[in-house]
Amino acid sequence: MIKKFDKKDEESGSGSNPFQHLEKSAVLQEARIFNETPINPRRCLHILTKIIYLLNQGEHFGTTEATEAFFAMTRLFQSNDQTLRRMCYLTIKEMANISEDVIIVTSSLTKDMTGKEDVYRGPAIRALCRITDTTMLQGIERYMKQAIVDKVSSVSSSALVSSLHMVKQSYDVVKRWVNEAQEAASSDNIMVQYHALGLLYHLRKNDRLAVSKMLNKFTKSGLKSPFAYCMLIRIASKLLEESEGGHDSPLFDFIESCLRNKHEMVVYEAASAIVHMPNCTARELAPAVSVLQLFCSSPKAALRYAAVRTLNKVAMKHPSAVTACNLDLENLITDSNRSIATLAITTLLKTGSESSVDRLMKQISSFVSEISDEFKVVVVQAISALCQKYPRKHSVMMNFLSNMLRDDGGFEYKRAIVDCIISIIEENPESKETGLAHLCEFIEDCEHTVLATKILHLLGKEGPRTPTPSKYIRFIFNRVVLESEAVRAAAVSALAKFGAQNDDLLPSVLVLMQRCMMDSDDEVRDRATFYMNVLQQKQKALNAAYIFNGLSVSVPGLEKSLHQYTLEPSEKPFDMKTVPLATQPITEQKTEIAPVATSKLPEKLAPSRQDIYQEQLSAIPEFQGLGPLFKSSEPVQLTEAETEYVVRCIKHTFAGHMVFQFDCTNTLNDQLLQRVLVQMEPSEAYEVLHYVPAANLPYSQPGSCYTLVRLPEDDPTSVSCTYSCTMKYLVRDCDPNTGEPDDDGYDDEYVLEDLEVTVADHIQKVLKPNFGAAWEEVGDDFEKEETFALASVRTLEEAVGNIISFLGMQPCERSDKVPENKNSHVLFLAGVFRGGHDVLVRARLALADGVTMQVTVRSGDENAVDVILASVG
Amino acid sequence: MTAQTCPRQHRDNTMDSLALELSLYTVKAVFILDNDGNRLLSKYYDPELYPSMKEQRSFEKNVFNKTHKADNEIAFLEGMTIVYKSSIDLFFYVVGSAQENELMLMAVLNCLFESLSQILRKNVERRCLLDNMDGVFLVVDEIIDGGVILESDPQQVLEKVNYRADDNPLTEQSVAQVLQSAKEQIKWSILK
Repeated sequence: MIKKFDKKDEESGSGSNPFQHLEKSAVLQEARIFNETPINPRRCLHILTKIIYLLNQGEHFGTTEATEAFFAMTRLFQSNDQTLRRMCYLTIKEMANISEDVIIVTSSLTKDMTGKEDVYRGPAIRALCRITDTTMLQGIERYMKQAIVDKVSSVSSSALVSSLHMVKQSYDVVKRWVNEAQEAASSDNIMVQYHALGLLYHLRKNDRLAVSKMLNKFTKSGLKSPFAYCMLIRIASKLLEESEGGHDSPLFDFIESCLRNKHEMVVYEAASAIVHMPNCTARELAPAVSVLQLFCSSPKAALRYAAVRTLNKVAMKHPSAVTACNLDLENLITDSNRSIATLAITTLLKTGSESSVDRLMKQISSFVSEISDEFKVVVVQAISALCQKYPRKHSVMMNFLSNMLRDDGGFEYKRAIVDCIISIIEENPESKETGLAHLCEFIEDCEHTVLATKILHLLGKEGPRTPTPSKYIRFIFNRVVLESEAVRAAAVSALAKFGAQNDDLLPSVLVLMQRCMMDSDDEVRDRATFYMNVLQQKQKALNAAYIFNGLSVSVPGLEKSLHQYTLEPSEKPFDMKTVPLATQPITEQKTEIAPVATSKLPEKLAPSRQDIYQEQLSAIPEFQGLGPLFKSSEPVQLTEAETEYVVRCIKHTFAGHMVFQFDCTNTLNDQLLQRVLVQMEPSEAYEVLHYVPAANLPYSQPGSCYTLVRLPEDDPTSVSCTYSCTMKYLVRDCDPNTGEPDDDGYDDEYVLEDLEVTVADHIQKVLKPNFGAAWEEVGDDFEKEETFALASVRTLEEAVGNIISFLGMQPCERSDKVPENKNSHVLFLAGVFRGGHDVLVRARLALADGVTMQVTVRSGDENAVDVILASVG
Repeated sequence: MTAQTCPRQHRDNTMDSLALELSLYTVKAVFILDNDGNRLLSKYYDPELYPSMKEQRSFEKNVFNKTHKADNEIAFLEGMTIVYKSSIDLFFYVVGSAQENELMLMAVLNCLFESLSQILRKNVERRCLLDNMDGVFLVVDEIIDGGVILESDPQQVLEKVNYRADDNPLTEQSVAQVLQSAKEQIKWSILK
């Protein structure tokens, strides 16, 4: 009746779980027998089991009912049934969070932890520490210290592990037990050793020297516990990594010696530690690789998995080091554990020759449908890497990827494939058409809106420039008919691009647009109407501005500007040029290869750095009326690291002014700085208008002061200037401990490094996805051209890099990548000059002795053209 | 709440992460499922990993779906390394981070399985496990404490738990049992 109370249920065939139909209320009702005398251990035991089972199933207990049951349970301490007592401890731990006043059992538990019954002592300590806070911990400190060094291993282990749990909230108390932990570390019991080592490390981890000493001691004395060895290896490799020293230290020798340990666990830990060390040489890797090679033929799946996973990692950095294992890896590609097989194949893909690629790909396609998405992504990554290594194999890969794309799979997996195909298309122009065809087929039946819109965007960008653009129209228009609003809208935008680029397709596109204007969704209709009207004008400049290259303003900035405009009605039309630009142009670079398992955090749309600065600066009265913030530079350090005061500067550019923001930190704990400002002496005709000092600069709390400078209006081409900077302030000495300052102070100054303002501070990067169209749009009204010889530059890559960083403009059409073995290159750069005028630069580079560069600049403003040419020269 | 807040400096889901957790918090979760994937016992030791019951259940379901067909011993799912073992109609799982030493997790799994096999007298199947659920809870408690491996030797675990499986469950609270408990009471009072 007690345990098999629902035997009848089983006989009637409704499952055999005695806990299946448990009702919380009925169980709590039953718990009343806890109060009966004499206690019936078996029945009580069974009820406690039911309570814990219910908690484990996620049943919710209200505070009142939990407290009631908890208090009834405390009476069971009168029974001496061992299992019952142990279940009481478990109940205490499970209910610690849901019941009130759990500390009522403190005295019972303290009695058990110090009692004669060894079986109770360990678990009692663990239960007690679960309900103890910092203040109460001091009350039991004496017992804890004794328990740590107790000769009974379960007591000692329990005390050590509980101490470890307590370190986080009661570090100051627990650290007093370090001597006891030290003593426990030399225990004969392997688990006690392990737990003592773990606790000691946690208490000392911030003290490098102490950790190093401890490590030294234990590596010499030789521990018996394999777990403790693993911990030591981890500590040693962390120390090695931090010291950045060579691998000839005794720490490395220790890790290497663990490769010969008799426990596989330790051997693997050591091999894995060596493999993960940054800048390990092939010779240092060799012994680790050879033990992993042995593990590859182990009968234990976990060991094979561990070995091949680690080898896979080695292959990423040192493919040649793994070639010795190729034979063993070959044996694993038919492993019944598909995870192992996948890892083996992807490793071989990295280490093998080009000739084996086809065979391996065939092998993997035979079971790709059986493996989990995480490993499918590993496969896709391997393919992606392979395509870069052997570009000629792209047709095999493309085929394989398209098959994978047709299989079932989650979003992450599909996204990895789509990203991989897109990167192949970008790397190999000849694969463009097949790639686009596969993607077209994919969106025919794609449930992921994000991917469908991404592909439609790509089709709009690449499709019109293929030899037969008309064949994509059908795929795109199908989306308009069949998909959700977001996809339909993206399809309309893609269609418009075909119409704008290809004159012969324009009439058909216009017909399709006409249909889209009758869509049920506002956004789709709006886009269709807009594009229809733009296309009907048949003007290249309009097409470029409104179809190919969209807005490059920051969206929160636009929202704010529009809001501002509606608040102050004026006759003037809204000026797009006053809207701050997006600081991070939508990058054209290929997407980062997604990690195997993606983080679960949703991507948040944080306001950009510049939006934050805009907000901060507009709060300062002196900077009212400067207009919108045009650009904020990266911080520039004006002091050496580790000086008394650390100052860095951020340059904020406005239409006619610049604001220099100095972030200062005072690293002297015996000084309080007041009225801090940075005095600036410009080398050119710049006028310093205002200083906004930082009122107080206490120790280690950063503060900002500002300097406002007017840019010269009469000479608009003067953009670069050097400022000599001096920090001036009032020093008040203060007590390092209390921070209490003296009454009087004295003025002092501190010379900072010079600050440069260059042409890049006046130009904001903007990405023009279709540079040719933008070039036509701006027109040649203010086109200027000049030729320069860059004598000091030796390669085209170097020249391209220099120009980009000097002008601070955005490279377009992937022109920042110089193809190999070429001696000429064209670089396209786009940006917006202070004041809101687009600036485009076309730089033709030719490599002879040095690099010769012909620069053509176009802009809507003559000034901007002059500035750029003047600064290049 | 206090004991289970373990540090998690390196919450990183990628397989390629270099960071090893430098702590004793090795085990992220342990669970035992039946052959329909129902939870019989589960413990999650990392409060940041699947904090809600819903997330835990869906993780367990996913793990079960991916593992119950093939007895492969080890899997990598949702950024976690999972070692597992099945017996008749039971599935035992031990979960660790992607960077964890797989063999340490195996040591935990083996210890759990061996210990349970002993207290269940080799009848490692659902009905027998449920009949001795109290013993199962105690075994898990002795092997892992808040994510730290407390013991890895099944013999030690058995000694500490000191649990006897029921052979002849009583069908009624009989006179014999009352006598038995009375006897025990007397015995203990003498021992005191």
